[in-house]
Amino acid sequence: MVRVTTRINGDEVTFVCEPDETLLDVLRDRLNLTGAKEGCGTGDCGACSVTLDGRVVCSCLVLGAEAEGRQVGTVEGIARNGKLHPLQEKFLEFAALQCGVCTPGFLVAAKALLERNPDPTEAEIRFGLAGNLCRCTGYDKIVRAVQAAAAAMRKG
Amino acid sequence: MRYEAPTTVKGAVKLLAGKAGLARVLAGGTDLLVQMRTDRVAPDLIVDVKRIAGMRRIEAKAGGFRIGAAVSGAELGEHKGMRKAWPGVVEAACLIGSTQVQGRATLAGNLCNASPAADSVPALIAAGAAVVVVGPRGRRTVPVEQIPVGPGRTSLKRGELVEAILLPKRPPRSGDAYLRFIPRSEMDIAVVGAGVSLTLDRQGVCSAARVALGAVAERVIRVPEAEAALIGTKVDGEALERMAASCSAACRPIDDKRGTREFRIKVAGVLARRAAAIALKRARGK
Ligand SMILES: Cc1cc2nc3c(=O)[nH]c(=O)nc-3n(C[C@H](O)[C@H](O)[C@H](O)COP(=O)(O)OP(=O)(O)OC[C@H]3O[C@@H](n4cnc5c(N)ncnc54)[C@H](O)[C@@H]3O)c2cc1C
Ligand code: FES
Ligand code: FES
Repeated sequence: MVRVTTRINGDEVTFVCEPDETLLDVLRDRLNLTGAKEGCGTGDCGACSVTLDGRVVCSCLVLGAEAEGRQVGTVEGIARNGKLHPLQEKFLEFAALQCGVCTPGFLVAAKALLERNPDPTEAEIRFGLAGNLCRCTGYDKIVRAVQAAAAAMRKG
Repeated sequence: MRYEAPTTVKGAVKLLAGKAGLARVLAGGTDLLVQMRTDRVAPDLIVDVKRIAGMRRIEAKAGGFRIGAAVSGAELGEHKGMRKAWPGVVEAACLIGSTQVQGRATLAGNLCNASPAADSVPALIAAGAAVVVVGPRGRRTVPVEQIPVGPGRTSLKRGELVEAILLPKRPPRSGDAYLRFIPRSEMDIAVVGAGVSLTLDRQGVCSAARVALGAVAERVIRVPEAEAALIGTKVDGEALERMAASCSAACRPIDDKRGTREFRIKVAGVLARRAAAIALKRARGK
């Protein structure tokens, strides 16, 4: 077993895990942070997206042990003090989800995208989120929601 | 399985060369962790190299660049100096996977995974890149094309790892480019990849050229005949046609549902010609 101390959504967390256990399994099964989902386990679907030191990654392709001393961001940290993030509000308003399995990953990836590019074109959103798959919505509503959230955030 | 994250190259070599059974370097893990999860490899020891400071940096060196083996695609894509000097290498690296994969995937991992379809490898070979290999017997510098020897196999010996990738000094009037064919617009494995790098003299005559192809043989190949077809010409239509024909002639591809043999052979020539045209434009400063 490996003992790991890290920061998750700003809070210091210490956990113990197997050396070959993924960060996704640690979050879900040991820390009860079940927002990140396992869609494929092989880096293809993005349902497990989290940020690691500010960059979006697939947590199914990160070992729990790698999180030592790093900053991890999950969907649970996106709403602050009980207030939804503009992306979350727009996802609801535009009905950008049906079953919701892909939604935590889209939110984490879209938030990171807008932090780097506050005014993305539709093509930039579609390419930027190409690592997130959705079997329900057909993507269009997701793209519209991200555009609307970006506009709302630029207004401040 | 044991997980170790040494902070020095020496420490990494010592671990890899030890009696641990099957040992594997962990860079971005976008190949290794997939292979572990699908039971294709079961290492006894994993050596994570991302805590080694010297392997996380891009440095300007001797007029060229030294890219630490643990630098991610996203970090490379944000490096202004690299984007300016080697746009073909950067565009190839940034084609690898999604934003999520880019946050982790490294050039060294792409190379050492030794897939014949690895996107950055044709661009690196075209660029004349070399790698610094370090092992129990010290360091050696090896041209990129000598690392992969077949699908999933490299020339690295037990205990060795790639420490950095070296890109040479760029002469004036040089340009490079990489193009791949995939059936989708994102997130797919190359059916053919083509990397071209060339330099022009003051009269606009091609004085140096390197051409490499991916996914058309058991490993990424360099095509000297295609290079010869460009050198000494003004890279006009006729020279490009001869280069394309040499590329097609060098292919010995597989035949599968993603691309037939015939298709890959034809597309290799087409892509190499288009990549050369982009490299030419860049060399002319356009
Ligand atoms: C969803 C998805 C999409 C992908 N798309 C593409 C694509 O479009 N094009 C493409 O080419 N690839 C693609 N890949 C494959 C993979 O992302 C790349 O090959 C990547 O560059 C691997 O780098 P890494 O740092 O993650 O390697 P790792 O997985 O960490 O390592 C790969 C192999 O190389 C060895 N290794 C790593 N670093 C070193 C070193 N410094 N010295 C010695 N050995 C080393 C490891 O032991 C392992 O065997 C994709 C993968 C996924 C999951
Ligand atoms: S579960 Fe990680 S990418 Fe699908
Ligand atoms: S809402 Fe069901 S997968 Fe996206």
